[in-house]
Amino acid sequence: MPYIANTQADREEMFKHIGCADFAEMWRQAQVTVPEPSLDSLPHGLSEFEVVSNLKQLAAKNASELVNFLGAGYYDHIIPAAVSDITSRTEFYTAYTPYQPEASQGTLQAIYEYQSMICRLTGMPVANASLYDGGTALFEAMMMAVRATRRRQVVISEAVSPIFRKMIECYSSNLDIELISVPAGTADSNQQALLDAVTDATACVMVQYPNVFGTIEDWSEFTAQIHAGKAMAVCSTYPISLALLTPPGELGFDIVTGEGQSMGIPLSFGGPYLGFMAVTEKLMRKMPGRICGRTADADGREGFVLTLQTREQHIRREAAMSNICTNENLCALSALVYLSCVGKQGLIDVAELCAAKAVFAREQLLAIKGVEPVGGDAFFNEFVIKLPMDAGEAVGKMIDKGFAAGFPLGRYYADRSNQLLVAVTEKRTREEIKALANALEGVLWN
Amino acid sequence: MELIFAKSQKGRRGTSLPRTDVPAACAVPEKFRRAKAAELPEVTEQDAVRHYTLLSRKNMGVDTNFYPLGSCTMKYNPKFHERIAVLPGFADLHPLLPQLRHGGALTQGALAVIYEAQRILSELLGFADCTMQPLAGAHGELTGVMLIAAYHKARGDEARKIMLIPDAAHGTNPASAAVSGFECREVATDDEGNVCIEDLKSKLGPNVAGFMLTCPSTLGLFDQNVKEVCELVHQAGGLNYCDGANFNAIMGRVRPGDIGFDVMHVNLHKTFATPHGGGGPGSGPVGVAECLVPFLPVSRVEKRNDGTYALQYHCDDSIGYIAPFYGNFGVILRAYAYMLSLGREGFKRVSENAVLSANYMRVRLKQHFAQKVDRVCMHECVMSATPQAEKGVHALDIAKALIDRGFHPPTMYFPLIVPEALMIEPTETESKETLDEFISALIEIAEMVDTNPEEILKCPVTTPVKRLDETAAARKPVVADLA
Repeated sequence: MPYIANTQADREEMFKHIGCADFAEMWRQAQVTVPEPSLDSLPHGLSEFEVVSNLKQLAAKNASELVNFLGAGYYDHIIPAAVSDITSRTEFYTAYTPYQPEASQGTLQAIYEYQSMICRLTGMPVANASLYDGGTALFEAMMMAVRATRRRQVVISEAVSPIFRKMIECYSSNLDIELISVPAGTADSNQQALLDAVTDATACVMVQYPNVFGTIEDWSEFTAQIHAGKAMAVCSTYPISLALLTPPGELGFDIVTGEGQSMGIPLSFGGPYLGFMAVTEKLMRKMPGRICGRTADADGREGFVLTLQTREQHIRREAAMSNICTNENLCALSALVYLSCVGKQGLIDVAELCAAKAVFAREQLLAIKGVEPVGGDAFFNEFVIKLPMDAGEAVGKMIDKGFAAGFPLGRYYADRSNQLLVAVTEKRTREEIKALANALEGVLWN
Repeated sequence: MELIFAKSQKGRRGTSLPRTDVPAACAVPEKFRRAKAAELPEVTEQDAVRHYTLLSRKNMGVDTNFYPLGSCTMKYNPKFHERIAVLPGFADLHPLLPQLRHGGALTQGALAVIYEAQRILSELLGFADCTMQPLAGAHGELTGVMLIAAYHKARGDEARKIMLIPDAAHGTNPASAAVSGFECREVATDDEGNVCIEDLKSKLGPNVAGFMLTCPSTLGLFDQNVKEVCELVHQAGGLNYCDGANFNAIMGRVRPGDIGFDVMHVNLHKTFATPHGGGGPGSGPVGVAECLVPFLPVSRVEKRNDGTYALQYHCDDSIGYIAPFYGNFGVILRAYAYMLSLGREGFKRVSENAVLSANYMRVRLKQHFAQKVDRVCMHECVMSATPQAEKGVHALDIAKALIDRGFHPPTMYFPLIVPEALMIEPTETESKETLDEFISALIEIAEMVDTNPEEILKCPVTTPVKRLDETAAARKPVVADLA
């Protein structure tokens, strides 16, 4: 069904008004004279019932029921039902970008509250309304640093998500930017090597906190050393971990970005997700994306508007801070409702549960003969172990036993073929963790 | 309305969590711990739900009001799409599963959705292939422009550093070209609303990489010279990019690949009925002619001879990774459901009805407003409030008066080449009665400009807030409530 409102009688009357006999004449008068294509290779239209049945069958072909220890930046957290209840309010999801503030105060106030919560989590004073995802957010951060410093060299740690790094490489390929990739340590970012790579042409150094191996590192002195060379310190972070960790703002980072999927957004096979970005006061006017600001109407009533729009493409065109227009507003709303429902203590509890279960899982896995730790003991909910066999092969066998056992790092790091990155969220139970260890022992030794 | 933080009371909880079933332990050393908890609200679930429900009521949306926002295609979003997107087989699917050994077998249903949507879209656009990865329209533009760059680079034709863009273009076009390293040059629009051929010819040359044309144009017109334009660009060695934001006007009737375009994005959140979400998530798939297929982003979804689907990561000439995974899958899924609903007979019915409604609007309004070009338009009509502006009532004021009459205003002040522009896009899902009510409201406002302009300048008065002080907001920005 094509969801067309008008009846044949309506159409005839409308044709009369515009002076056309029918659609053929309308197209002609509109100068559309190219031959009409045949769409005979496409299927016939279906009813709602048929489409739903068809897609339910496809959904059933996906192995979404595996017990999930797979993370690598995208996590299987609990999502309270209230989140999707609110984002299903059609006043929210059928609206567009709030160009008319008086008719969009709901969306605008939500953005303002979201920006406020991102600031409170990250310890930064300014946040934008969202970007596409964690990878594009990190690229935008890099470009902001390039603009702000007027330098064109960028240092990035290989302990940053390899997925983000591949995206940044792709986007930088036509730009005059020198991207310097610094190899990671055992499970750390190798801070000294990062510092050694910095020159007086460096715009920024980009790191991940906790890093892709799950390791938490001390960045407090590092950022000061970066600033001494007039470069910027950029970090990509995991918002749930910030319930426990010193916020990046207190560690001296200039730009903080991240993937916000963990805040109430389903995994949904890769999107839609949420890129978030927070910056120092000084960088506010160089930030990409929409920003919502608080103001007042003629009667002094408080209200919200999109602000600092002269940074954006619809005004500045090729000189804009970014080409972004549509962002991920509804996903930002999910994050906002998630953070509101989970709340101040709840987010700490979620993080503590993840952390405790991760410690338990690591102990259980390290108790298996031949399994060794990789890296130190400071981690949040994700860690690396080394198997006595190829981790990719082990994970393949674990799938048959009902587990997504983790991410084999060999896919992105040639020298880590036996290493497995394991993520544990509050959803995993003691039984599931013990079953994971039992199954892995079976794979390794039977 | 107060912020959620104002409702916070120490000790109040909004969610319950599983009991700890492992020893209390944490591998976060004391020295890495934050000194002070993040000041998130402490509210009950009911507090939060009431707060956000009340906020939602301060919005206009397609489900509550006619929303003829030109260039944005605010059509109805079928409700069953939302149900499909939350099926656990889709919503709970981890994107890294296919990267595990034999992992492709774990996601056959999801890969089928992407592949089949790709196939239908390629057919509708008249292209050899497409990628569903771009995460929004502007992201699709960026992808498309990067494909053009890769094409010239592969041919050793690296002097082509200029992207030609009409003066009527969306701001995202020059911004996307700039983000991928091109210099932009503007091409004029002629009095008929077409690309000015003479100006285009004068700017084409061995340094031009391509031409980004919105088809139909942002004036809501089908450029009568579009084939000639595409040929001229090809003759000069450039490629033609089609901004498909307005694809709703020609879907099923014109295949841009057939008329000389080489690469194009469409907005699933416009033409393919996925929700706009208050500003995203969108999705901007990109279709390409044969010459650009080798450069498409990794990974590619393919169908094998045995009927199974697979992800191809070995694409030597590819521009690389533009998205973390396979696109905004949840959005693609909804659009695929829409494509299946429409079927081969539905696509053109959508475009012809969208065009008819816009023309009805245009004919009924043209005695009351000015027009840059007076001819049969496509899916949107661009009116100009210059007669009203001369009397002190501007497009902005008319927009605010429409809000008080229960309508979301049209797009204002765009395209930039039309002064006092009001760009109206009714879409095919709105009935003639709704159009008539909107037309009556606009005519009433136009008449009030002569009789009682002061009343219009006060609008809106029915909204939760009156006109907001945007200048003050930008001068001393307050963008967050810090704890």
